[in-house]
Order: sequence, then structure tokens, then C-alpha cells
Amino acid sequence: MDGVATGLAILSTALVVVPLVAIFIYLIIKGASSLSINFFTQIPKPVGEEGGGMANAIVGSGILLGIGSLIGIPIGIAGGIFLAEFGRGGKLANAIRFTADVLNGVPSIVMGIAIYSLIVVPTHTFSGYSGGVALGIMMIPTVCRTTEEMLLMVPHAVREAALALGVPNWRSVLSITLKTASPGVITGCMLAFARVAGETAPLIFTAFGNSNWTVNPNEAMAALPLQIYVYALSPYDEWHKLAWAGSLVLIVLIVAAVSLVRYVTSRGVLKGAS
Amino acid sequence: MVTANVSETPATQSTTEQAVPSASAPAPPLQPEPAAEASAIRRFLLSRGNSAIADTGFHWLMVLCALSIFGIVVLIAFELVQRSQLAWSKFGLGFFFSVFTDPDTHLPSYWDPVNGHFSALPFLYGTILSSLLALVFAVPLAVGTAVFLTEMCPQRLRGPLAFLTELLAAIPSVIYGFWALVVLVPIMRETVDPFLSKYLGWTTLFNDDIPTGLSYMTAGVILAVMILPIISSLTREVMSAVPHSQREAVLALGATRWEMIRIAVLRNARIGIVGAVILGLGRALGETMAVTMVIGNSTDMPASLLKSHSLLATGSSMASVIANQFSEASDDLHLSALMEIGLALFVVTIIVNALARLLVWMVTRGAPAQRN
Repeated sequence: MDGVATGLAILSTALVVVPLVAIFIYLIIKGASSLSINFFTQIPKPVGEEGGGMANAIVGSGILLGIGSLIGIPIGIAGGIFLAEFGRGGKLANAIRFTADVLNGVPSIVMGIAIYSLIVVPTHTFSGYSGGVALGIMMIPTVCRTTEEMLLMVPHAVREAALALGVPNWRSVLSITLKTASPGVITGCMLAFARVAGETAPLIFTAFGNSNWTVNPNEAMAALPLQIYVYALSPYDEWHKLAWAGSLVLIVLIVAAVSLVRYVTSRGVLKGAS
Repeated sequence: MVTANVSETPATQSTTEQAVPSASAPAPPLQPEPAAEASAIRRFLLSRGNSAIADTGFHWLMVLCALSIFGIVVLIAFELVQRSQLAWSKFGLGFFFSVFTDPDTHLPSYWDPVNGHFSALPFLYGTILSSLLALVFAVPLAVGTAVFLTEMCPQRLRGPLAFLTELLAAIPSVIYGFWALVVLVPIMRETVDPFLSKYLGWTTLFNDDIPTGLSYMTAGVILAVMILPIISSLTREVMSAVPHSQREAVLALGATRWEMIRIAVLRNARIGIVGAVILGLGRALGETMAVTMVIGNSTDMPASLLKSHSLLATGSSMASVIANQFSEASDDLHLSALMEIGLALFVVTIIVNALARLLVWMVTRGAPAQRN
């Protein structure tokens, strides 16, 4: 019985690891063979023409994620500071913590249609802004909860030492507590970033996608995951190749971010992050 | 200043020079419970100085940002409710279970934008079916992996393997979908589906009339791969929260390793494992892109529920029908019906997540909380 159980446990671990390795190998083979310099420098070409790339989607993703980070990271960190420094144990803090968890669980497609009716309908246009807002909102819960947990790990003596030197409370929170916890807080931000970088569902009805070159967030904007989705569903081989290349680029970015986070937290002062 | 000292910290003398070293005196007893109220020294230090305005401003700024999280959720809920008014007033609760009859063919119909008939029944069915299938595939694997990683695995392998399973969670949904479309769907179409329908066809669960490879089953498989990491990492967490003394006690009674895992670990962690499974379910219910790409997107239900309920038929889930039809919804009623599906999804995931959090919290409240 003991042997059987051990065997089953090993088998299930293998069954979990195998698809992962299969997906990665498949991605790398397919992606690397279709990746070329054109991918990074050209915009999509019409069906039937050779070549073309996803330069506009890469830039678009960058802009959307930039807008998202500008919204999600400050609000998330401020929320975390409130939970850890001011609201500790209070009713309001508990309510906000629960709300953040709820927000974390909202399906991304629901976020997409909510932002569509909040921003796209009143402004009468699909826009980079609306996509950025959707991504930003999705970043908030992760950033907020990680910030809170990291701040709670900062010893009380550090705060009291700062206050004893006559530092005002706000300054002590920002330059002492938050700074002490910064490796962990940055970890949270990177995790949130990596998570929304591959989100497609909230962008379908907000950023919408664009096959032309645009850096104006007031217009419909291309994004890497969105472009992969459209190309993956198309019947053309040429577009499938581009989608594989796009997938590889996206996954390399995300895995790099996650690994970096893992590396920093495993050797940083604040172990146990992530 | 002297009066403040007297009331706040009894140990302090009249001069500030002595107040500083005395700060270390009450500190040690504070260490065991760092989450307690701010110490007397802190309150004293906060009450002096001339930064009251800046401090209050900063405090309220933080409160405002925290409240905005609350505001966002309320705004989303409000917007969904408002935009789904039309469908709600027309169909009421019947939206989720009514069946219409097509005026031309006299067959049952559920989702008919042309005639203005909308019923979310096939999508409820699709969401529930694909999520349950995903749980059936994922839960044994996830628990097995967690058991292996926490109880059996050599220390050296533990880190890399845990990291690998976490990487699964980092792959974007759309890439899973693409991979499934190119690799999984042909495998299902050519190997798995014919096999199932040949040997298990008598159960009527595996009728493969139109072999496309796109089906509830395929969606369930790809969903299982996607929710594995979250279930397995949370299960690992609750299993490591089981005290070592429990394991040692069972081993001391002469149990083998499997008996120890079953009696000491799994039984103690079962509530937490259920919580992890429900959290995985919450993720599966709302998953959009991968499902949209492999479920087939037909708006019909496999005939009537009782006659033929093949798992190998094409269908739609709640999330996939929104992704698929929202941008081409022509009239207000159609749009409003899709919004109502979104609202239902929103409410269901809130309930499921709250339940799961509660269960996980019940088990791990002693241990330091970890997420993601």
C-alpha cells in the first residue's frame, strides 16, 4: 500500500510536469523557427503577403501596461499601507481586505465588459486608455495584499526608531517602513505585472486591437495577447507562425519576470515573499 | 512635555535624554505580539512634533486609496446591474432556465438573437460541465503532486518542482488556448474521442456524432491544466500547516508513510484542501480565452438534456459566449442579455471565492498567510 501510494504520487507529479514541459518545448520550437527581426520591426501585413510583424502590438502592450501600472501600483501600494499601518485589525480594513480578494476573483471577461460600459460607451470609442484602466484595476488586489504582508513583516522597532528621531509619521511610513519592505513590495508589483501582461479577455472590448501603427491611447490599440488570439483563430499558416512567435516573446517576458522575482525573494532580506 | 511623559510612560523621567534609553525597556514584552496596538512610546512620539497636518493628510490619502478599491467593485456591480436591466425586465429569473420553441422548426431553442429569445441555460450547462470535468481531472493530480512535494520528495528536487508547477500558472490563458487548438484538439479528435465513443459509448456520455475535437471534454482538459497550479500550491500550503507533532505521533504508533499521510496530513488538512479545490473552481468558472478557443462555441445545448448529453459535443460557457458575441451584439436586448450573463458570473465567482477563502483561512489562520 505504501509503495502504491508513493507510485501514484510520483505519477501525478509526472503528469503535471509533462504537459508543462511539452507546452514549453512546443512553444520554443514553433516560436523560435518563426521569430525573425521583422517580427520586432514591422506591423502586420494583409492576408497573403509574406512577412509582417507585431511591432505595433509590442509597443501597444507596453503602453497599455504602462497605463495599467500607473493606476494599479500607486493605488495598490497605498491600499496596502492603509491595511498594514493605519487600519490594522479594524472593521474597515477587514472589509477592504475582503473587497480586494473579491476583486481578485472577478473573471477578466467581466472586467472587460464592465470597463466597456464604464468608459468605452460614454466616450464612443475603443481606446488604449480603457484597456489600460482594465489592466490597472486587475493589478490592484495583488499589489495591495503583497504590500500589506511585506509591511507587516517590518519590525516595530524600526518604526519607533524613526519616530524617536523626530521624523513625521508619513515620512517614516514612506522612507523607513516602505523602504525596508521594498524588495517584497517590488515583488508584488512584478507579479501583478506578469499576471496582467498576458491578459486578453479584458482587452477585447476595450483596447480592441488595431492593425495599424498607433501610439495614441485615445484610439483603438493593438496588444500582444490580443494579436495572438486573433491570429491563432485565423486559418492562415502565415498568421499562425506570427502567433507562435508572439507567444514565445510573451512567455519569455513573463517567465523572466517571475524567475527574477523568485531569485530576489529567495536571497533577499524578506524571505517568504511571493 | 513632562505631563505627557507621566501619563504615557511611567518609566520616563523628566528629561528627554532619559526618555530615549527607557524606550528599550517596554519593548521586549511587546515582541510576542507585534500586531497589538501601537505602544505607549509610539503614541507619545506621534503626539508631539508639528507634522500633524501632513500626517492627517497622508492618513486620509491612504484611506481614500483603500476605499477606491471598494468603490471599484461597487461601480462594476452597479454598471453590470444597470446594463442588464433590459434583459432582466423581459425574462426575469426565467433567463436562466427557460426553453423557447423555434417558430420555424418547432425545435427547442435557447439563444436566438434574430427572434429576440434569450436563455442562458446552455451556457450555465457549459460552464458547470466544463468546470466539473476540470475538477475531476485536476484534483487527484494536484493532491498527488502536493503529497509528493511536501512528504516524499527529496529536498533537492522540491524547490525546482514547486517552481515548475508555479510556472504553469504564469502562462497566459491565450497561449494555453492556442496550444490546445493546435496540439490537444487534433489528439482528441483522432485518438481520444474515437476511443471513448467506441468503448464507453454505451454510457451515452461519449457519443461522438460530429468528430471535431472541439468539445466540453477538451475544454475540461485544458481548464484542468490551468487550475492545477493554484490547487496544488494551496494544498501544499495547508499541508505544511499541519504540525509536525501530528506526523510524529502517528509514525510513533507504527504507521507506514502512507498511513501517516492519510491519517495525520490529509485528514487534518481536508478542510483546507476543499477550500483550495473551490478556489480552483472559481478560477475555472471565469476562465475565458482558452475555453473560447476549444469549446466549439455553439449556442445550442446537446439536444435535450435527457436524450443526449454527450461530453464530446460542442457548446459554450458563460465566459466564452460573452467573448464571442459581445462585439457583434446587434441590438440592445442581445447586449443586455450578455451583460446579465456577466453579472451572473460576477456574483457566482464572488460567492465561490468567499467560500474558498473562508475554508483556507480556517485551516491556516495559525500559520502565516501566503497567497499567489
